[in-house]
Amino acid sequence: MTDKKQDLIDQKLQDLNNDGVDRRGFLKCMAWAGTGLVWTMSGGVPVSRAFAKGYGKDAAKSGDFSFVQISDSHIGFNKPANPDVTATLQTAINKINAMPHEPEFIIHTGDLSQLSKPSEFDTLDQVLKGSVAKQIYFVPGEHDMLTDNGQQYLERYGKGTKGAGWYSFDHKGVHFVGLVNVANLKAGGMGSLGHEQLEWLEDDLKGRSASTPIVLFAHIPLWTIYPDWGWGTDDSEQALSYVKRFGSVTVLNGHIHQIMQKVEGKVSFHTAMSTAFPQPAPGTAPSAGPMKVPADQLQRVLGVTDVNYLVSGRSLAVVDSPLADSGSSASASGSGAGGR
Amino acid sequence: MKRNSIWVASFTASIIIAIVLLVAGSPVVTANDQPSAVNADVNIDNFVFGPQTVTVPVGATVTWTNKDDIPHTSVSTEGVFKSKVLDTDEKFSYTFTKAGTYPYYCTIHPKMTGKVVVQ
Repeated sequence: MTDKKQDLIDQKLQDLNNDGVDRRGFLKCMAWAGTGLVWTMSGGVPVSRAFAKGYGKDAAKSGDFSFVQISDSHIGFNKPANPDVTATLQTAINKINAMPHEPEFIIHTGDLSQLSKPSEFDTLDQVLKGSVAKQIYFVPGEHDMLTDNGQQYLERYGKGTKGAGWYSFDHKGVHFVGLVNVANLKAGGMGSLGHEQLEWLEDDLKGRSASTPIVLFAHIPLWTIYPDWGWGTDDSEQALSYVKRFGSVTVLNGHIHQIMQKVEGKVSFHTAMSTAFPQPAPGTAPSAGPMKVPADQLQRVLGVTDVNYLVSGRSLAVVDSPLADSGSSASASGSGAGGR
Repeated sequence: MKRNSIWVASFTASIIIAIVLLVAGSPVVTANDQPSAVNADVNIDNFVFGPQTVTVPVGATVTWTNKDDIPHTSVSTEGVFKSKVLDTDEKFSYTFTKAGTYPYYCTIHPKMTGKVVVQ
């Protein structure tokens, strides 16, 4: 973590209504939170301490809730990087089912399937049926748009959505927006939201109170991580300009199969691990794509993301955990809590 | 003796000429069988079309083979040709009947671009 980033974090912590937690306290809480990577949003450290200790007891009363983000299940993939992606997805669901506080829903940030085949979507549905969370929200990845422009995906998961599958919903005062940045991709470009969707987004956010916590979720990262590998969205700047006025914005993405995080003002960006296979860190391999790791390491580089919303702070805490809890090291492929 | 060697020499020469004529003559061309020096192959691997630019004569066929462990497509930016999704080891061929430059890309990973120049 660079000094500049550390200063930023310290600054943010001091900005937080004098809650009495300084950098040392922050680090203490990080260690205490365990093997998962803890990233706290504008609510700061007290948020994560609260959820780990007493979260869940009065959650329903207070309006607090949690949900889980999973991503990149790639059902149908069967190459050496992971010959059985259905099994690792099942492990992820088992892990979610075993969480101390029950998530109220799951968000899948895309690449549900490998080749958009009906059988792959069927298998996915079968596994997801076994989750305690019955409500699942989806956005498509580029692998889900491979046949007939995503018709198969829309029929199954796009009810009530617009265009290529975008939509929004509210849950206990938090406004969620599912965006699609994998349709009509232009040669040489990265992810793309498109004019129609951007207009819809601007309209969707109009008139909402700035104190409404916003969660945007889309497959390809909405910030530029590594253009050479297409890890970014060409027109995300415009989308982000629409959420600038809000007090708490969380952006959840997938696509890169590793954890990356960034904080910019009141917007926190986060990408999740895949439940299928990892990918190399930017520039560390000739290209993106499935990365083979020793068999006993696989479950440490796959994972799920637990997101906890606490009314008191009107903010969200994001905790990543690998499928296999490794005692010694929490680092999955990708960045640590400071982001890259 | 001299007459014999001359005879042998000219006989051998005729044989050689005959063989050369046989080999160099127009080969049997079936509908799909073109001389391979004319057609071109593009390998898709590591998110790259290789070679990125191929130059072929009018009437040549370009064949894309996906050697990557991820599916890709080969789609003309001008709507001239469009492959289905190619999984590992799958191929797509297109025969270019008109001269011109044909930029194309992978619709799944649009950073992957290539070009076919037909002269």
